[in-house]
Amino acid sequence: MENLILITIFFYILAGVGYFLFFTSQKNHFYKAGLYCVIVGFLFHTAIMVLKIFAAKQLPIHNLFETILTAAWSITAVFIFFDYKFKLKILGIFAAPMIIFIMSAACIIADKPVEIKKILSGFWLNVHIISIFIGEAAFVLACGAGIFYLIQEYGIKKKKRGYFYKRLPSLSYMDAVCYSCVITGFAMVTTGLASGFVYAKIAWGHFWTWDPKEIWSILTWFFYAVLLHGKLAAGWRGKRFAIMTIIGVIFILFTFLGVNFLFEGHHREFTG
Amino acid sequence: MRHIILIGLNHNTAPVELREKIAFSDPELKQALLSLKKKQDINEAFILSTCNRVEILAAVSDIQSAIKSIEEFFSEKNIDFNKIKKNFYTYSDEKAVKHVFMVSAGLDSMILGEPQILGQLKEAYRAAVEQKTSGPILNRLIHKAFFTAKKIRTETGIGSHAVSISYAAVELAKKIFGEIEDKTLLLIGAGEMAELAVEHLKGNRLTDIYVANRTFKNGVELAKKFGGRALKLQEISGALEIVDIVIASTAASQLIISAKEVKNVIRLRRNRPIFFIDIAVPRNIDPDINGVANSYLYDIDDLRGVIEENKDLRNKEAVKAERIVEEAVIIFLKWYESLDINQVISALKSKLDGIGEAELKKTLASLKHLSEQDIKALSVMTSSFVNKVLYDPILFLKSAGCKEDKTAYLDFTKKIFHLDNK
Repeated sequence: MENLILITIFFYILAGVGYFLFFTSQKNHFYKAGLYCVIVGFLFHTAIMVLKIFAAKQLPIHNLFETILTAAWSITAVFIFFDYKFKLKILGIFAAPMIIFIMSAACIIADKPVEIKKILSGFWLNVHIISIFIGEAAFVLACGAGIFYLIQEYGIKKKKRGYFYKRLPSLSYMDAVCYSCVITGFAMVTTGLASGFVYAKIAWGHFWTWDPKEIWSILTWFFYAVLLHGKLAAGWRGKRFAIMTIIGVIFILFTFLGVNFLFEGHHREFTG
Repeated sequence: MRHIILIGLNHNTAPVELREKIAFSDPELKQALLSLKKKQDINEAFILSTCNRVEILAAVSDIQSAIKSIEEFFSEKNIDFNKIKKNFYTYSDEKAVKHVFMVSAGLDSMILGEPQILGQLKEAYRAAVEQKTSGPILNRLIHKAFFTAKKIRTETGIGSHAVSISYAAVELAKKIFGEIEDKTLLLIGAGEMAELAVEHLKGNRLTDIYVANRTFKNGVELAKKFGGRALKLQEISGALEIVDIVIASTAASQLIISAKEVKNVIRLRRNRPIFFIDIAVPRNIDPDINGVANSYLYDIDDLRGVIEENKDLRNKEAVKAERIVEEAVIIFLKWYESLDINQVISALKSKLDGIGEAELKKTLASLKHLSEQDIKALSVMTSSFVNKVLYDPILFLKSAGCKEDKTAYLDFTKKIFHLDNK
């Protein structure tokens, strides 16, 4: 298992190098090499996930190690999907280092064995976990596209084009990618929250239990709902939209990890 | 001896009045090629004549007498060559080859890396081929020049940075909008630079073009030229709601579009971005507009800044391009030098000798019973066979050179015996 993780990280690092070389040299074969390395790394990563699932007969989210592993897996999956869909080639320079970082964090945190509770299983729980992870991964990638948008717009507005100007695509394109990521993320997170409520009703008899994680999740959801409302009703786009996606990720990070460390609640054990 | 020479003048060595006088029009060019080819010691001829340069490229037998022939050729054009001699540059062999490669890649152009020269070179080459004034040497040289120019274009960024105001504007529009295809444009005023920018943007398939002019009649005419619609000046505010790119170029002394106006318009546009290009002096568009969200403003100085930056980038790329040229020169010269009669004959001989020896070896391998003497006899027979076969071709190659250009025969011999890949 540890070897598998190291192999996975190794391929992700290779991919990161490929994307970096592509960014500096703008030679397409580096991008392709990067993408293939990500895909190979992802296959190993998936193998780890499958082994974990077979061992526990549940999705691997029982301690911080497993949660992080799953988060990195989701981001990689969503990244490969968006890369395929939009061909926004420079997204890799954002995604690859992040995936490497998260995986390395997982490596440092030991995989503590935990007692698996019967209650943590079932269809609705799986839907809940998968949707939330994929949705939040999409939000993270939206933030990446948003950051690139801000860099490019800064260069154009200040008339200081330069290193990034040639290498980044057009403003409209990055805005469109950012928006698509947010839409995807929002749809997935909405599904995730709804299935979470259903699961809570089945498991504990209540839809809503004022768990800190629940409160913060709803706040995050509201934040993105406002963002999308602004987009659809008032045509929010560009700089404002990009900044909001970055703030959104701060919300997510807090909801995802901060809440577990700062507050008590029934989600806490996933990062124990 | 064979040589390649190039005599010419360009924007650096001659003023436009002189270049105009020397330049050849299309019908003139054909005549000129023919009369040049007829001159003493000129075996192949090629003339490149553009508004920035006139160059004569020739494959010759003797440099000095060929230069005389070319001087004579110019004097037939009623030009006293001695008076303008200082405006001409003359290159021979390696330097001439390098110059042709540099020119074709746009490395010798007024605007570094500009691509038009390649098209002009193709036209000139077509004329030379039609008049049958180019031969094996120039054909190969010019083909290699095209090839090298294309290689430079794909392997360096020499052509990828806009260096004119209008192209810089197009480049920026693409960085803002991505595709320009579904965008609309408003031209306020008129002027060469503005119209050129509209043309370039139109080349990227704009959807609609509006033209607003102080004199409505002029506006209508201009709109007709671009296939657009004319607006009155008072309609500009309303138009800002629908157009995506605004080019302003009027003689007005005060601002035509204010930041406040744009702020309102952006809201009405639901934040769709708008790009202002102000090439008027004094400026027509409020500089504060650049501070409004989703609106971008470049004035003439900003665009000049872009161009300066891009020129620096091109200069950097030119270093790479020159390296590619130098490599191509080496490869070409290797071929060119192999066209020497002695080299061709010795290559031919060694090829046939090689075949003879190889075949003899094969045959002897199965004839073990032969005596030393028999083997010697067979070997003598093989080599005299080879020599007899070669006798006439070698005699022909040697004598052909006396009267006419033998390069074509040498080239042909190399081709049919496949001597190049040795």
